[in-house]
Amino acid sequence: MTPQDYAYLSKLLNERSGLQLAGDKQYLIESRLLPVARENNCGSIGDLVTKLKAFAEEPLRRRVTEAMTINESFFFRDKTPFDRFQDTVLPYMQKIRGASKRLRIWCAASSTGQEPYSLAMMFKQAGAAFAGWKISIVASDISTEVLEKAKSGLYTQFEVQRGLPIQLLLKYFKQDGDQWRISQELRDMVQYRQHNLLDSFAPLGMFDVIFCRNVLIYFDSKTKQDVLSRISRTLVKDGHLLLGAAETVVGFTNLFAPMPEKRGLYVHAAAKKPQPQLAAMSA
Amino acid sequence: MKRCLIVDDSSVIRKVARRILENFGFSVIEASDGRQALDVCGKEMPEAILLDWNMPVMDGFDFLRALGAMPSGDKPKVVFCTTENDLAHIARAMHAGADEYIMKPFDKEIVEAKFQEVGLI
Ligand SMILES: C[S@@+](CC[C@H](N)C(=O)[O-])C[C@H]1O[C@@H](n2cnc3c(N)ncnc32)[C@H](O)[C@@H]1O
Repeated sequence: MTPQDYAYLSKLLNERSGLQLAGDKQYLIESRLLPVARENNCGSIGDLVTKLKAFAEEPLRRRVTEAMTINESFFFRDKTPFDRFQDTVLPYMQKIRGASKRLRIWCAASSTGQEPYSLAMMFKQAGAAFAGWKISIVASDISTEVLEKAKSGLYTQFEVQRGLPIQLLLKYFKQDGDQWRISQELRDMVQYRQHNLLDSFAPLGMFDVIFCRNVLIYFDSKTKQDVLSRISRTLVKDGHLLLGAAETVVGFTNLFAPMPEKRGLYVHAAAKKPQPQLAAMSA
Repeated sequence: MKRCLIVDDSSVIRKVARRILENFGFSVIEASDGRQALDVCGKEMPEAILLDWNMPVMDGFDFLRALGAMPSGDKPKVVFCTTENDLAHIARAMHAGADEYIMKPFDKEIVEAKFQEVGLI
Protein backbone atom coordinates (compact mmCIF):
# COMPACT_ATOMS: atom_id res chain seq x y z
CA MET A 1 0.00 0.00 0.00
CA THR A 2 1.43 3.40 -0.93
CA PRO A 3 1.57 6.26 1.61
CA GLN A 4 -1.00 8.05 -0.59
CA ASP A 5 -3.41 5.11 -0.33
CA TYR A 6 -2.90 5.02 3.41
CA ALA A 7 -3.53 8.77 3.70
CA TYR A 8 -6.70 8.45 1.63
CA LEU A 9 -8.01 5.59 3.77
CA SER A 10 -7.18 7.39 7.04
CA LYS A 11 -9.08 10.43 5.85
CA LEU A 12 -12.10 8.37 4.79
CA LEU A 13 -12.16 6.64 8.17
CA ASN A 14 -11.80 9.91 10.06
CA GLU A 15 -14.55 11.67 8.14
CA ARG A 16 -16.99 8.85 8.56
CA SER A 17 -16.36 7.71 12.11
CA GLY A 18 -14.16 10.30 13.84
CA LEU A 19 -11.53 7.61 14.33
CA GLN A 20 -7.96 8.62 13.94
CA LEU A 21 -5.41 6.13 12.63
CA ALA A 22 -1.98 6.25 14.17
CA GLY A 23 0.86 6.51 11.67
CA ASP A 24 1.92 2.89 12.03
CA LYS A 25 -1.24 0.94 11.34
CA GLN A 26 -0.46 0.05 7.70
CA TYR A 27 -0.12 -3.61 8.52
CA LEU A 28 -3.42 -3.73 10.42
CA ILE A 29 -5.25 -1.88 7.67
CA GLU A 30 -3.83 -4.11 5.01
CA SER A 31 -4.86 -7.28 6.78
CA ARG A 32 -8.35 -5.89 7.39
CA LEU A 33 -8.86 -4.55 3.87
CA LEU A 34 -7.41 -7.31 1.70
CA PRO A 35 -10.49 -9.51 2.13
CA VAL A 36 -12.72 -6.53 1.34
CA ALA A 37 -10.65 -5.82 -1.77
CA ARG A 38 -11.06 -9.41 -2.93
CA GLU A 39 -14.81 -9.39 -2.26
CA ASN A 40 -15.00 -6.44 -4.60
CA ASN A 41 -12.87 -7.90 -7.36
CA CYS A 42 -9.90 -5.71 -6.58
CA GLY A 43 -6.48 -7.36 -6.75
CA SER A 44 -4.84 -5.00 -4.27
CA ILE A 45 -5.49 -2.24 -1.76
CA GLY A 46 -4.39 0.19 -4.48
CA ASP A 47 -7.18 -1.03 -6.76
CA LEU A 48 -9.65 -0.73 -3.92
CA VAL A 49 -8.62 2.87 -3.29
CA THR A 50 -8.95 3.62 -7.00
CA LYS A 51 -12.47 2.23 -6.91
CA LEU A 52 -13.35 4.26 -3.81
CA LYS A 53 -12.06 7.42 -5.44
CA ALA A 54 -13.94 6.79 -8.68
CA PHE A 55 -17.36 5.75 -7.39
CA ALA A 56 -19.50 7.22 -4.63
CA GLU A 57 -20.69 3.73 -3.73
CA GLU A 58 -22.21 3.94 -0.27
CA PRO A 59 -22.17 0.21 0.65
CA LEU A 60 -18.50 -0.09 -0.27
CA ARG A 61 -17.54 2.99 1.75
CA ARG A 62 -19.42 1.65 4.71
CA ARG A 63 -17.84 -1.79 4.37
CA VAL A 64 -14.33 -0.30 4.18
CA THR A 65 -14.92 1.95 7.21
CA GLU A 66 -16.23 -0.95 9.25
CA ALA A 67 -13.32 -3.17 8.32
CA MET A 68 -10.88 -0.54 9.55
CA THR A 69 -12.44 0.01 12.97
CA ILE A 70 -10.99 -1.71 15.98
CA ASN A 71 -13.66 -3.65 17.77
CA GLU A 72 -12.00 -5.84 20.32
CA SER A 73 -14.05 -6.35 23.45
CA PHE A 74 -14.42 -8.82 26.27
CA PHE A 75 -16.74 -9.66 29.11
CA PHE A 76 -16.31 -7.53 32.27
CA ARG A 77 -13.45 -5.73 30.55
CA ASP A 78 -11.04 -4.10 33.05
CA LYS A 79 -13.29 -5.36 35.88
CA THR A 80 -13.06 -2.10 37.93
CA PRO A 81 -15.82 -0.21 36.07
CA PHE A 82 -18.13 -3.15 36.69
CA ASP A 83 -17.15 -3.20 40.37
CA ARG A 84 -17.95 0.54 40.56
CA PHE A 85 -21.23 -0.09 38.79
CA GLN A 86 -22.03 -2.76 41.36
CA ASP A 87 -20.86 -1.01 44.54
CA THR A 88 -21.66 2.63 43.73
CA VAL A 89 -24.02 3.14 40.80
CA LEU A 90 -26.52 0.37 41.45
CA PRO A 91 -27.13 1.05 45.16
CA TYR A 92 -27.54 4.76 44.35
CA MET A 93 -29.96 4.11 41.51
CA GLN A 94 -31.88 1.61 43.57
CA LYS A 95 -32.47 4.33 46.12
CA ILE A 96 -33.27 7.30 43.92
CA ARG A 97 -35.26 5.36 41.32
CA GLY A 98 -37.04 3.25 43.91
CA ALA A 99 -40.35 4.93 43.11
CA SER A 100 -40.31 4.79 39.31
CA LYS A 101 -38.38 1.51 39.18
CA ARG A 102 -37.05 2.46 35.78
CA LEU A 103 -33.49 2.55 34.66
CA ARG A 104 -32.08 3.33 31.23
CA ILE A 105 -28.50 2.39 30.41
CA TRP A 106 -26.59 3.10 27.22
CA CYS A 107 -23.54 1.24 26.00
CA ALA A 108 -22.23 3.59 23.33
CA ALA A 109 -19.86 1.72 20.98
CA SER A 110 -20.83 -1.66 22.35
CA SER A 111 -19.00 -3.65 19.68
CA THR A 112 -19.76 -7.39 19.78
CA GLY A 113 -21.98 -7.16 22.87
CA GLN A 114 -19.79 -8.32 25.74
CA GLU A 115 -20.26 -5.03 27.60
CA PRO A 116 -24.09 -4.88 27.54
CA TYR A 117 -24.35 -8.61 28.25
CA SER A 118 -22.01 -8.24 31.23
CA LEU A 119 -24.44 -5.64 32.60
CA ALA A 120 -27.43 -7.83 31.84
CA MET A 121 -25.79 -10.68 33.78
CA MET A 122 -25.17 -8.34 36.72
CA PHE A 123 -28.87 -7.48 36.88
CA LYS A 124 -29.80 -11.17 36.71
CA GLN A 125 -27.30 -11.91 39.48
CA ALA A 126 -28.74 -9.10 41.60
CA GLY A 127 -31.98 -11.09 41.58
CA ALA A 128 -34.64 -9.79 43.95
CA ALA A 129 -33.01 -6.34 44.32
CA PHE A 130 -34.33 -5.33 40.90
CA ALA A 131 -37.39 -7.53 40.68
CA GLY A 132 -40.26 -5.61 39.08
CA TRP A 133 -37.96 -2.96 37.62
CA LYS A 134 -37.99 -1.94 33.99
CA ILE A 135 -34.34 -2.02 33.02
CA SER A 136 -33.50 -0.98 29.47
CA ILE A 137 -30.03 -1.55 28.16
CA VAL A 138 -29.52 0.17 24.81
CA ALA A 139 -26.35 -0.86 23.00
CA SER A 140 -25.18 0.91 19.88
CA ASP A 141 -22.31 0.79 17.45
CA ILE A 142 -21.45 2.24 14.08
CA SER A 143 -20.70 -1.17 12.63
CA THR A 144 -23.57 -3.39 11.49
CA GLU A 145 -21.20 -6.34 11.39
CA VAL A 146 -20.42 -6.26 15.13
CA LEU A 147 -24.09 -5.60 15.90
CA GLU A 148 -25.10 -8.75 14.04
CA LYS A 149 -22.68 -10.78 16.11
CA ALA A 150 -23.86 -9.10 19.30
CA LYS A 151 -27.48 -9.91 18.50
CA SER A 152 -26.65 -13.54 17.76
CA GLY A 153 -25.10 -13.78 21.23
CA LEU A 154 -22.66 -16.34 19.85
CA TYR A 155 -19.08 -16.34 21.15
CA THR A 156 -15.99 -18.46 20.56
CA GLN A 157 -14.40 -20.52 23.30
CA PHE A 158 -11.62 -17.97 23.43
CA GLU A 159 -14.03 -15.06 23.90
CA VAL A 160 -15.95 -16.69 26.76
CA GLN A 161 -12.71 -17.29 28.63
CA ARG A 162 -11.56 -13.69 28.80
CA GLY A 163 -13.17 -12.07 31.80
CA LEU A 164 -16.25 -14.24 32.11
CA PRO A 165 -16.28 -16.22 35.39
CA ILE A 166 -16.95 -19.90 34.75
CA GLN A 167 -20.01 -19.86 37.03
CA LEU A 168 -21.64 -17.28 34.75
CA LEU A 169 -20.80 -19.36 31.68
CA LEU A 170 -22.49 -22.34 33.34
CA LYS A 171 -25.52 -20.31 34.24
CA TYR A 172 -26.19 -18.21 31.17
CA PHE A 173 -24.63 -19.96 28.15
CA LYS A 174 -25.33 -23.06 26.09
CA GLN A 175 -23.02 -24.82 23.71
CA ASP A 176 -23.74 -24.33 20.03
CA GLY A 177 -21.33 -26.38 17.90
CA ASP A 178 -17.91 -25.32 19.07
CA GLN A 179 -19.21 -21.92 20.16
CA TRP A 180 -21.23 -20.65 23.11
CA ARG A 181 -24.55 -18.84 22.93
CA ILE A 182 -25.84 -16.54 25.62
CA SER A 183 -29.40 -17.29 26.78
CA GLN A 184 -32.43 -15.82 25.05
CA GLU A 185 -33.47 -14.22 28.32
CA LEU A 186 -30.28 -12.15 28.42
CA ARG A 187 -30.43 -11.36 24.72
CA ASP A 188 -33.92 -9.98 25.30
CA MET A 189 -32.58 -7.55 27.90
CA VAL A 190 -30.47 -5.65 25.35
CA GLN A 191 -31.76 -3.51 22.49
CA TYR A 192 -29.23 -3.05 19.71
CA ARG A 193 -29.17 0.03 17.48
CA GLN A 194 -26.90 1.06 14.67
CA HIS A 195 -25.68 4.51 15.62
CA ASN A 196 -22.73 6.73 14.77
CA LEU A 197 -21.39 8.80 17.68
CA LEU A 198 -20.83 11.65 15.24
CA ASP A 199 -24.60 11.83 14.65
CA SER A 200 -27.27 13.27 16.92
CA PHE A 201 -28.06 11.37 20.15
CA ALA A 202 -31.60 12.75 20.25
CA PRO A 203 -33.30 9.63 18.84
CA LEU A 204 -31.86 7.57 21.69
CA GLY A 205 -33.52 9.48 24.56
CA MET A 206 -32.07 10.21 28.00
CA PHE A 207 -30.06 7.79 30.13
CA ASP A 208 -29.32 7.23 33.81
CA VAL A 209 -26.01 5.52 33.13
CA ILE A 210 -23.76 5.74 30.08
CA PHE A 211 -20.86 3.43 29.30
CA CYS A 212 -18.64 4.94 26.63
CA ARG A 213 -15.54 2.84 26.75
CA ASN A 214 -12.55 2.29 24.54
CA VAL A 215 -13.76 4.35 21.64
CA LEU A 216 -12.89 7.93 22.69
CA ILE A 217 -9.21 6.99 22.70
CA TYR A 218 -9.36 6.61 18.92
CA PHE A 219 -10.93 10.06 18.36
CA ASP A 220 -9.07 13.32 17.82
CA SER A 221 -9.43 15.95 20.60
CA LYS A 222 -12.10 17.95 18.84
CA THR A 223 -14.28 14.89 18.32
CA LYS A 224 -13.69 13.81 21.93
CA GLN A 225 -14.83 17.21 23.19
CA ASP A 226 -17.87 17.19 20.97
CA VAL A 227 -18.94 13.66 21.89
CA LEU A 228 -18.44 14.27 25.61
CA SER A 229 -20.45 17.47 25.59
CA ARG A 230 -23.31 15.79 23.76
CA ILE A 231 -23.12 12.87 26.19
CA SER A 232 -23.54 15.35 29.02
CA ARG A 233 -26.87 16.43 27.48
CA THR A 234 -27.98 12.82 27.13
CA LEU A 235 -27.19 11.87 30.72
CA VAL A 236 -29.79 12.80 33.36
CA LYS A 237 -28.69 15.27 36.03
CA ASP A 238 -27.97 12.64 38.63
CA GLY A 239 -26.60 10.11 36.14
CA HIS A 240 -23.24 8.38 35.91
CA LEU A 241 -20.76 8.11 33.08
CA LEU A 242 -18.19 5.32 32.84
CA LEU A 243 -15.15 5.57 30.60
CA GLY A 244 -12.46 3.06 29.64
CA ALA A 245 -9.28 2.47 31.61
CA ALA A 246 -7.16 4.62 29.29
CA GLU A 247 -9.73 7.41 28.93
CA THR A 248 -10.48 10.58 30.84
CA VAL A 249 -12.51 13.77 30.58
CA VAL A 250 -9.66 15.79 32.01
CA GLY A 251 -8.41 18.27 29.43
CA PHE A 252 -11.39 17.70 27.12
CA THR A 253 -14.38 18.99 29.01
CA ASN A 254 -15.28 20.42 32.38
CA LEU A 255 -18.85 19.25 32.13
CA PHE A 256 -18.00 16.09 34.05
CA ALA A 257 -16.21 15.57 37.34
CA PRO A 258 -14.46 12.36 38.32
CA MET A 259 -15.85 10.76 41.48
CA PRO A 260 -13.15 10.79 44.12
CA GLU A 261 -11.59 7.36 44.72
CA LYS A 262 -13.78 5.83 42.00
CA ARG A 263 -11.60 5.50 38.96
CA GLY A 264 -13.36 5.78 35.61
CA LEU A 265 -16.65 6.96 37.12
CA TYR A 266 -17.93 10.48 36.39
CA VAL A 267 -20.90 12.66 37.33
CA HIS A 268 -22.09 16.01 36.00
CA ALA A 269 -19.72 18.70 37.26
CA ALA A 270 -22.72 20.83 38.22
CA ALA A 271 -24.15 18.01 40.32
CA LYS A 272 -21.19 17.04 42.43
CA LYS A 273 -23.63 16.27 45.18
CA PRO A 274 -26.19 14.45 43.08
CA GLN A 275 -29.80 15.23 43.92
CA PRO A 276 -32.51 12.73 43.10
CA GLN A 277 -34.63 13.69 40.13
CA LEU A 278 -37.09 11.96 37.89
CA ALA A 279 -35.62 12.74 34.51
CA ALA A 280 -35.47 9.07 33.62
CA MET A 281 -39.10 9.51 32.68
CA SER A 282 -38.20 11.87 29.88
CA ALA A 283 -37.28 9.02 27.58
CA MET B 1 6.41 -15.98 46.13
CA LYS B 2 3.21 -17.96 45.49
CA ARG B 3 3.62 -21.59 44.56
CA CYS B 4 1.66 -23.13 41.72
CA LEU B 5 1.50 -26.85 41.05
CA ILE B 6 0.98 -27.81 37.42
CA VAL B 7 -0.55 -31.25 36.99
CA ASP B 8 -0.55 -32.54 33.41
CA ASP B 9 0.72 -35.71 31.76
CA SER B 10 2.02 -33.77 28.76
CA SER B 11 5.48 -32.35 29.31
CA VAL B 12 4.91 -29.89 26.45
CA ILE B 13 1.87 -28.43 28.17
CA ARG B 14 3.67 -28.28 31.53
CA LYS B 15 6.48 -26.37 29.86
CA VAL B 16 4.14 -23.82 28.24
CA ALA B 17 2.12 -23.38 31.44
CA ARG B 18 5.30 -23.05 33.50
CA ARG B 19 6.55 -20.23 31.31
CA ILE B 20 3.23 -18.38 31.59
CA LEU B 21 2.96 -18.80 35.36
CA GLU B 22 6.57 -17.89 36.06
CA ASN B 23 5.94 -14.71 34.12
CA PHE B 24 3.12 -13.93 36.54
CA GLY B 25 5.57 -14.40 39.41
CA PHE B 26 4.72 -17.93 40.55
CA SER B 27 7.24 -20.47 41.64
CA VAL B 28 6.24 -23.62 39.77
CA ILE B 29 6.21 -27.29 40.74
CA GLU B 30 5.24 -30.02 38.27
CA ALA B 31 3.46 -33.35 38.55
CA SER B 32 2.46 -35.67 35.71
CA ASP B 33 -0.53 -37.34 37.36
CA GLY B 34 -2.90 -37.00 40.31
CA ARG B 35 -0.95 -39.42 42.49
CA GLN B 36 2.27 -37.41 42.21
CA ALA B 37 0.28 -34.24 42.78
CA LEU B 38 -1.11 -35.63 46.03
CA ASP B 39 2.43 -36.40 47.22
CA VAL B 40 3.45 -32.81 46.53
CA CYS B 41 0.42 -31.46 48.42
CA GLY B 42 1.09 -33.83 51.32
CA LYS B 43 4.54 -32.33 51.79
CA GLU B 44 3.74 -28.68 51.28
CA MET B 45 0.43 -27.28 50.08
CA PRO B 46 0.79 -24.86 47.11
CA GLU B 47 -1.40 -21.75 46.79
CA ALA B 48 -2.59 -22.68 43.31
CA ILE B 49 -3.09 -25.80 41.20
CA LEU B 50 -3.50 -25.92 37.43
CA LEU B 51 -5.12 -29.27 36.85
CA ASP B 52 -5.61 -31.47 33.78
CA TRP B 53 -8.51 -33.90 33.75
CA ASN B 54 -7.41 -36.95 31.74
CA MET B 55 -4.20 -38.43 33.11
CA PRO B 56 -2.90 -41.95 33.77
CA VAL B 57 -2.68 -43.38 37.31
CA MET B 58 -5.03 -40.84 38.88
CA ASP B 59 -7.10 -38.35 36.89
CA GLY B 60 -7.75 -34.74 37.81
CA PHE B 61 -11.26 -35.32 39.05
CA ASP B 62 -10.20 -38.08 41.48
CA PHE B 63 -7.29 -35.94 42.59
CA LEU B 64 -9.65 -33.05 43.37
CA ARG B 65 -11.79 -35.30 45.57
CA ALA B 66 -8.74 -36.73 47.35
CA LEU B 67 -7.48 -33.19 47.90
CA GLY B 68 -10.83 -32.27 49.44
CA ALA B 69 -10.47 -35.14 51.89
CA MET B 70 -7.00 -34.04 53.05
CA PRO B 71 -6.89 -32.69 56.60
CA SER B 72 -4.70 -29.65 55.86
CA GLY B 73 -6.10 -26.21 56.69
CA ASP B 74 -5.42 -23.86 53.80
CA LYS B 75 -6.72 -25.35 50.57
CA PRO B 76 -5.22 -24.18 47.29
CA LYS B 77 -7.24 -22.56 44.49
CA VAL B 78 -7.81 -25.19 41.85
CA VAL B 79 -8.12 -24.20 38.20
CA PHE B 80 -8.97 -27.03 35.82
CA CYS B 81 -7.21 -26.88 32.46
CA THR B 82 -8.52 -29.55 30.13
CA THR B 83 -9.91 -30.54 26.74
CA GLU B 84 -13.15 -31.66 28.42
CA ASN B 85 -14.93 -28.65 27.00
CA ASP B 86 -18.58 -29.33 27.65
CA LEU B 87 -21.05 -28.03 30.19
CA ALA B 88 -21.50 -31.40 31.88
CA HIS B 89 -17.79 -31.73 32.69
CA ILE B 90 -17.55 -28.10 33.80
CA ALA B 91 -20.55 -28.49 36.09
CA ARG B 92 -19.10 -31.68 37.59
CA ALA B 93 -15.75 -30.04 38.27
CA MET B 94 -17.27 -26.95 39.86
CA HIS B 95 -19.57 -29.07 41.95
CA ALA B 96 -16.59 -31.09 43.20
CA GLY B 97 -14.92 -27.91 44.44
CA ALA B 98 -12.85 -26.49 41.55
CA ASP B 99 -12.51 -22.68 41.61
CA GLU B 100 -12.19 -21.97 37.90
CA TYR B 101 -12.05 -23.83 34.61
CA ILE B 102 -9.92 -23.35 31.51
CA MET B 103 -10.88 -25.05 28.28
CA LYS B 104 -7.91 -25.97 26.13
CA PRO B 105 -6.46 -24.57 23.96
CA PHE B 106 -5.39 -21.82 26.33
CA ASP B 107 -2.98 -18.90 26.18
CA LYS B 108 -1.43 -16.31 28.47
CA GLU B 109 -4.51 -14.04 28.37
CA ILE B 110 -6.85 -16.80 29.44
CA VAL B 111 -4.61 -17.98 32.29
CA GLU B 112 -4.29 -14.38 33.45
CA ALA B 113 -8.05 -13.77 33.33
CA LYS B 114 -8.84 -16.98 35.22
CA PHE B 115 -6.15 -16.52 37.88
CA GLN B 116 -7.36 -12.96 38.40
CA GLU B 117 -10.88 -14.26 38.76
CA VAL B 118 -9.91 -16.35 41.77
CA GLY B 119 -7.67 -13.66 43.24
CA LEU B 120 -4.33 -15.31 42.54
CA ILE B 121 -3.02 -12.43 40.44
C1 LIG C 1 -12.67 -1.26 20.99
S1 LIG C 1 -14.41 -1.36 20.76
C2 LIG C 1 -15.02 -1.05 22.38
C3 LIG C 1 -16.09 -2.03 22.79
C4 LIG C 1 -16.56 -1.93 24.24
N1 LIG C 1 -17.10 -0.63 24.55
C5 LIG C 1 -15.42 -2.24 25.18
O1 LIG C 1 -14.91 -1.37 25.86
O2 LIG C 1 -14.99 -3.41 25.24
C6 LIG C 1 -14.72 0.15 19.86
C7 LIG C 1 -16.03 0.15 19.07
O3 LIG C 1 -16.32 1.49 18.70
C8 LIG C 1 -17.02 1.45 17.48
N2 LIG C 1 -16.98 2.78 16.86
C9 LIG C 1 -15.94 3.36 16.27
N3 LIG C 1 -16.27 4.59 15.82
C10 LIG C 1 -17.57 4.78 16.15
C11 LIG C 1 -18.49 5.83 15.95
N4 LIG C 1 -18.13 6.97 15.31
N5 LIG C 1 -19.75 5.68 16.42
C12 LIG C 1 -20.12 4.55 17.06
N6 LIG C 1 -19.29 3.52 17.26
C13 LIG C 1 -18.03 3.63 16.82
C14 LIG C 1 -16.31 0.37 16.70
O4 LIG C 1 -17.15 -0.15 15.66
C15 LIG C 1 -16.00 -0.66 17.80
O5 LIG C 1 -16.98 -1.66 17.83
